Amino acid sequence: MNWLIGAVLFLILAPIGGGLIAGIDRKITARMQGRVGPPLLQPFYDVGKLFEKERAVVTTAQNFYVLAYLIFIALSGALFFAGGDLLLIVFAFTLAHVFLVLGAYAVHSPYSHIGAERELIQVMAYEPMIILAAVGLYMVSGSFYVTDIVTTTVPAILYLPGVFLGFVVILTIKLRKSPFDISTSHHAHQEIVKGITTEFSGSTLAQVEIAHWYENVFLLGFVFLFFAWNPVLGIIAVAVTYLAEIFVDNVTARARWQAALKSGWLATLLGIVNLAILSYMMLGGA
Amino acid sequence: MQTLLFLIVFPILVACLLLFVKRTTLRYAVVTLSALAIGGASIYLLMRYAFEGAVYFAAPSEAVGLAMVIIEMGLALFIIYMGAKFRNYLAILLAAIQAVLVVYLEMTFSGSLHAANNLFIDQFSIIMALIIGLIGSLIAVYSVRYMETYHRHHPEVRDRQTFFFFVIFAFLAAMFGLVFSNNLMWIFFFWEITTISSFLLIGYSETEEATKNAFRALVMNLLGGVAFIVAIILLAATEPTSGGIDLARVLASGDTAIVLIPAVLIGFAGITKAALMPFSSWLLGAMVAPTPVSALLHSSTMVKAGVYILVRFSPVFAGTFAGFSIGLVGGVTFLVASAIAISRSDAKSVLAYSTIANLGLIAACAGVGTYMLVWAAILLIVFHAVAKALLFLGTGVIEQRTGSRNIEDMEGLIVRMPKMAVMMFIGIAGMFLAPFGMLISKWAAIEAFVQVPFGLVFIAILAYGSAVTVFFWAKWMGKLVTVTRNTERVEKGFFKEPWAPLYIITGLVIAAVLLFPVISSALIEPYVLAIYGVTALMEQANVAIMLLMMALLLVLPVSFLLFKRTARHLPAYMGGRPSTPDLQFAGSLGLTREAQTRNYYLTEYFGEAKLFRPGAAVCIVLILVSWVLAGVAL
Repeated sequence: MNWLIGAVLFLILAPIGGGLIAGIDRKITARMQGRVGPPLLQPFYDVGKLFEKERAVVTTAQNFYVLAYLIFIALSGALFFAGGDLLLIVFAFTLAHVFLVLGAYAVHSPYSHIGAERELIQVMAYEPMIILAAVGLYMVSGSFYVTDIVTTTVPAILYLPGVFLGFVVILTIKLRKSPFDISTSHHAHQEIVKGITTEFSGSTLAQVEIAHWYENVFLLGFVFLFFAWNPVLGIIAVAVTYLAEIFVDNVTARARWQAALKSGWLATLLGIVNLAILSYMMLGGA
Repeated sequence: MQTLLFLIVFPILVACLLLFVKRTTLRYAVVTLSALAIGGASIYLLMRYAFEGAVYFAAPSEAVGLAMVIIEMGLALFIIYMGAKFRNYLAILLAAIQAVLVVYLEMTFSGSLHAANNLFIDQFSIIMALIIGLIGSLIAVYSVRYMETYHRHHPEVRDRQTFFFFVIFAFLAAMFGLVFSNNLMWIFFFWEITTISSFLLIGYSETEEATKNAFRALVMNLLGGVAFIVAIILLAATEPTSGGIDLARVLASGDTAIVLIPAVLIGFAGITKAALMPFSSWLLGAMVAPTPVSALLHSSTMVKAGVYILVRFSPVFAGTFAGFSIGLVGGVTFLVASAIAISRSDAKSVLAYSTIANLGLIAACAGVGTYMLVWAAILLIVFHAVAKALLFLGTGVIEQRTGSRNIEDMEGLIVRMPKMAVMMFIGIAGMFLAPFGMLISKWAAIEAFVQVPFGLVFIAILAYGSAVTVFFWAKWMGKLVTVTRNTERVEKGFFKEPWAPLYIITGLVIAAVLLFPVISSALIEPYVLAIYGVTALMEQANVAIMLLMMALLLVLPVSFLLFKRTARHLPAYMGGRPSTPDLQFAGSLGLTREAQTRNYYLTEYFGEAKLFRPGAAVCIVLILVSWVLAGVAL
């Protein structure tokens, strides 16, 4: 029954945790920019307000795609915290993003169209690395199941430094942080209107935001897997990684899509080299 | 055995009958009834033999063998005649070489050209028969009305429909023969029939381009045919240890080193037929044929013969460097073809590149050939056949209704042809999204390659390859679901008959996902178990999750009911200018301007011009390496 508890806890707590992380993020970002910043709970106020807005759409179909996006993001996160198969989780995750992209296509608007194309480029940039990260964790722990990877006593990070670094690069893409926030950004100053979410408003936009919270918690959980043999160290590592992402977010400007794609794929190459060395060592040992 | 013979002979009889049927309605009746008979017989085959394992039949050999040689000689003469007529001397040369080799084989090794059993059936053959019998005959039904419309749209093309349907059914017969034969001479015979059939179908319109492409397909496949016959000669020469022309004995032969060279040569024939790089150009050229031909070549016949033979021989390839090298040809093809697909806007071209890519993936699994990979390869064959047939037939309907098969022109199809758009959507989802079929297979392939020495190279290929796959399919999907304004619905007016095959195949795409645990446990696992002694299977929990996802996808559209009520409709944001829902906005000087949206093709990075040559070069080297390695192993 542990798996069920994990999944339910994720579904209930992840939006709260994700919202808090977003609040802390905004606070730290403000301090880095020499501002006071909003209250910690501001993201919740924002989303709450969105739900009270008038329902305005370009086409009704957009609501369907965004709802599907939210549901499948929540599902992949729940599978992760239920201890499921990493590859299946990664594929469910991709399915969710395809729904978001389709929502942006459905509205037939120039700005969200550009956002959709760029989101797809992002998917193309991060997908190889995320698959490779799953394979790397398999090679260390002998299983694709999150349950087994979490309980392994092997310090995965020592075997997979390259994979971890590659993962951190694509984490920047996934968290929608500069320099790779090409499809939609938290920073208005470098945005093409609002990218993929241009035509989403009110409760639909709130759903996109909540999905993003779910996603962030899931991704930080993925980071934790590299340090799972020592939970305390794991939590510290997750916090440090996230702080580093905020720092990078604030000291870089948005790159072009070519740079995002190349970075994602080069990061993957780093991961491949890491795994090649690892499998060579394993062959030697066996 | 009667069912097997029925499935081979009946389509030939129908083919001959159709030569004399000139009226479309009558032809429709004949084709539909035969399709029902063939489909029914394939399902009967499933029920009769699914639980029996491999069953062998000693069909009459002498007379049939002689007839086959005579037909082969006749076909060689036909190719030589056509080659002379269109001045394609390479085709003449290859046909002549083949004929000489066949005669040499018959003269020199007549003593060892006996298979104990000429026909057989096992679970893998049943799967292939179902694909040919269901998908193939549905495509035949669809083509009747399609061809009628085709000739109305193309008055310049000579109406040879009787001949067209003759070839289609002969093609189906040859495919059945190919998957039921245990005698390599017979397989070779049917192999050549499929080559000639596709040559005739690709050249149907008799334009200069069609003829050129038909000859390209012919030459490349004849090249594979030469390799095939050389392999048979080698097997016949080493009959006592290798097993000669008896497929079952060859596959079970303990002397792997001796069997490996013929296997690699037959694998090469498979590579040409499955249009892997550097031979992919024949399948792309085949686009000039009417769309049902493409559907047939890509989904249930021709290229599937290529991967069928590769998967059959994968127990021989397993664990050898030569097999690994063949697997790499497939892997590189998968990666490069998927990448090129990004840069294409012609729907048929995208579909063709995607077929090549998926055949590459199947070949990669077959070449490396562990039990899990064979399991994944057979799953890929099944899922690819249904989804690809649907996509081609759908593209055919769209082209005939809207006059274009460019993906950009499919913008707003959900408004113009909602039923068709939903079916295309399901077909595309079947090609790359969880929980649909192709993705299950890719997933299984990743899990399998992890456990293979040096499998990392395939993992890397799959990781990059599936990322680019997402890109080119999702942007096509996006075009389909774009809700455009002020566009008219044009779905009506197309003949109603072709819809039935489309509905059935759409149903099959969904059914394949829901029934996949059954397909796996009833057919694929027993086959893998019989050959390797172990079998792969998907974890129960994961199967449950996939089914849950599928159910969720089927239920989610209900949520449309929730949204209808209160929402206010606004035009899209156009930089703050006054705008209308159909993307008109108020420009400067009081002019109304229109905005358009176009997809990204990233030609600079993924263009055919940029990627094809390096990819083909790598594959040529890998093929040569596989020959050298097979030789070294000896």
